[in-house]
Amino acid sequence: MFQVKHGLAMAALLATTAPAFAQTRTLVMNTDASDPAPKAAFEQLIADFEAEHPDIKVEVNVFDHEGYKTAIRNFLTADAPDLANWYAGNRMRPFVEANQFMDVSDVWAENGLEESLGSAASSMTIDGKQWGVPYTYYQWGIYFNRDAYAQAGVDPDTIETWDDFVAACEKIDAAGIDCLTTGSKALWPIAGIFDYLNLRTNGYDFHMQLTSGEVPWTDDRVKATFANWEKVLPYTTDNHAAIDWQDAVANLVQGKAANYVMGNFAVAAFKDGGMTDENLGFMPFPTVDASIPRAEDAPTDTIHIPAGAKNPEDAKLFLAFLARADVQTKMNETLGQLPINAESSVGEDPYLQQGFELLSTAEGGIAQFFDRDASPEMAKAGMEGFQEFMVRPERLDNILDRLERQRQRLAGQ
Amino acid sequence: MSVTPDTHGTPAPRRRRRSQLTPWLFLTPGILMFAVYVVIPIFQSFWISFHSWDGIGEARWIGLSNYSELWWDEAFYTSLKNNVIWLVLYMLAVPFGLLIALFLNQTVRGIRIYKSLFFFPFVISQVVVGLMFSWFYAPDFGLLYTLIEAVTGDGVAILADERFVTYGIIAAGLWPQIAYCMILYLTGLNAVAPDQIEAARLDGAKGWKMLWHVIIPQLRPATFIAVVVTVIGALRSFDLVSIMTAGGPFGSSRVLSYYMYEQALSEYGYRMGYGAAIAVVLFAIMMIFISGFIWKMWRDEKGV
Repeated sequence: MFQVKHGLAMAALLATTAPAFAQTRTLVMNTDASDPAPKAAFEQLIADFEAEHPDIKVEVNVFDHEGYKTAIRNFLTADAPDLANWYAGNRMRPFVEANQFMDVSDVWAENGLEESLGSAASSMTIDGKQWGVPYTYYQWGIYFNRDAYAQAGVDPDTIETWDDFVAACEKIDAAGIDCLTTGSKALWPIAGIFDYLNLRTNGYDFHMQLTSGEVPWTDDRVKATFANWEKVLPYTTDNHAAIDWQDAVANLVQGKAANYVMGNFAVAAFKDGGMTDENLGFMPFPTVDASIPRAEDAPTDTIHIPAGAKNPEDAKLFLAFLARADVQTKMNETLGQLPINAESSVGEDPYLQQGFELLSTAEGGIAQFFDRDASPEMAKAGMEGFQEFMVRPERLDNILDRLERQRQRLAGQ
Repeated sequence: MSVTPDTHGTPAPRRRRRSQLTPWLFLTPGILMFAVYVVIPIFQSFWISFHSWDGIGEARWIGLSNYSELWWDEAFYTSLKNNVIWLVLYMLAVPFGLLIALFLNQTVRGIRIYKSLFFFPFVISQVVVGLMFSWFYAPDFGLLYTLIEAVTGDGVAILADERFVTYGIIAAGLWPQIAYCMILYLTGLNAVAPDQIEAARLDGAKGWKMLWHVIIPQLRPATFIAVVVTVIGALRSFDLVSIMTAGGPFGSSRVLSYYMYEQALSEYGYRMGYGAAIAVVLFAIMMIFISGFIWKMWRDEKGV
């Protein structure tokens, strides 16, 4: 009796689901695109993809941005989607090494992505294979308040070198304005300052060796970077350790501070605060050593196929679509960021145009950002060290010894 | 039916067996839950603490390496020191709670409203308490900051200063904890025998003498519970640290539970083994107190 019932149920199940399978194939995508702009960009991307492939249906699970970082570890092993958002560089390494991401070198080879996504190729490659497709990045640099500069009687357009910048800081400080503002409560904003000073003082190759743990933190070249940093500490916002990056945005908007080392995503916050293209300026981070080829920070967002994907064939179709120049142009217009594909174009936005120019001419190389280039544990220890240095510069040797011990421990693993 | 005497003579042993079985039947769901969610995870934590594991890959046996690393870890000692500070200062909640309870233990118009107002901080979420105190301490616009600035001419950002940050967080934690102790004492005061107070009054006791020799001894059960919840609250302090500073500045306000979370579960961590080792140490510290409490309860019950 039971068997008959069971058989009937199976038949009923087959009858209802089988035709559905025949008509459409499903792609499940997990994403952290929960903020308004990324959400709109992804909805548009998926609508365009479905229009081009009417037989494929994309199901999207949207996660909260912070929660996603934990959730991905669970869903990759427990219930893998076909596509998942993540980041380039060392941030994807743990998943690649745990065999959680699928090798997509064939997508790269078939679509000539080595050529068109050339600027991000190195950050997508581990062991000579590519593990995902990048679709957006954005530049970092110094955003400044022109009104604050005018008040101090300094012309921001004359700043070329770090010495120029420090000299400008002295005058700005004399006018009662913080030269440099930042909010280090969440630690990461100050990592941008370290990245740039190290890239400018020691170059891209050294920076990469340091972040990947090949060079001791007690190296004299690292100390030179911190010595340059120390020059602006007296002109940096007090109590940065108690405030978030958005609070520091307010300092710049209100003219209490003149400069802010930030990523381009902050432009929206500056403009929400009332700044316009007239008084919000952007400059590349000043030169320290003119003989060093200019390198930049540009964190890259990517999409990967989990190893446990149920529909990898269509997922690869999706990645090829995502890599296309026209798709990246359209998507980044909504995101307000820069496309990776060299044949894409950028919108009217002056900051994006400057950023596109900046990144496409960065002959030194493109770093991902400290917390993506360094291993997660080194990143945490490093950024805490930077914060401590900013508050208590006299403890530098102590801090570097601690970071060096951490590096050796990680190297020994 | 039930009044009819049982003339068939059900054998006594079976009835006894049934009566022995019944408590176990009732206990089973609880024991199962307790085993699955408390006891087994404790042993799992011990087991994981001997491994190097990132939570998704292979776990590798490394013996006591996590513990020897802990021994040399400055951040661990900072957390341990902060936990001790928490433990000591959190105890202030007990006398303050008693003080407010004594003050509120009177019959005037609208006393219930005052009582519930004093109890309010315990009702709101710790996250809200943390946010409110963060704003209270915030540089430039925080109430305390502007107050200090007005008095001394130079503001102090409590949460950005490694010297004050832990005390700042404990002050935030004391606010709801005092309310909790207060409510424990208020219920305790209801049980104070009026005839003893009357008798003491006839003997001429009043003020401190009355409090110390008559009231407080009768409040011993309430004091015991208040101390227990305060000790445990201090040791597992996590939410306020997480909300107010995330362990910063540069890790100086970490406590063990937060350090464990950072190492095992946060964005920059995923060292399950090391996190488990911290959890084991925290468990050992808690065990000292918990076994002390259990021993005392057991002794009291035997005494009755």
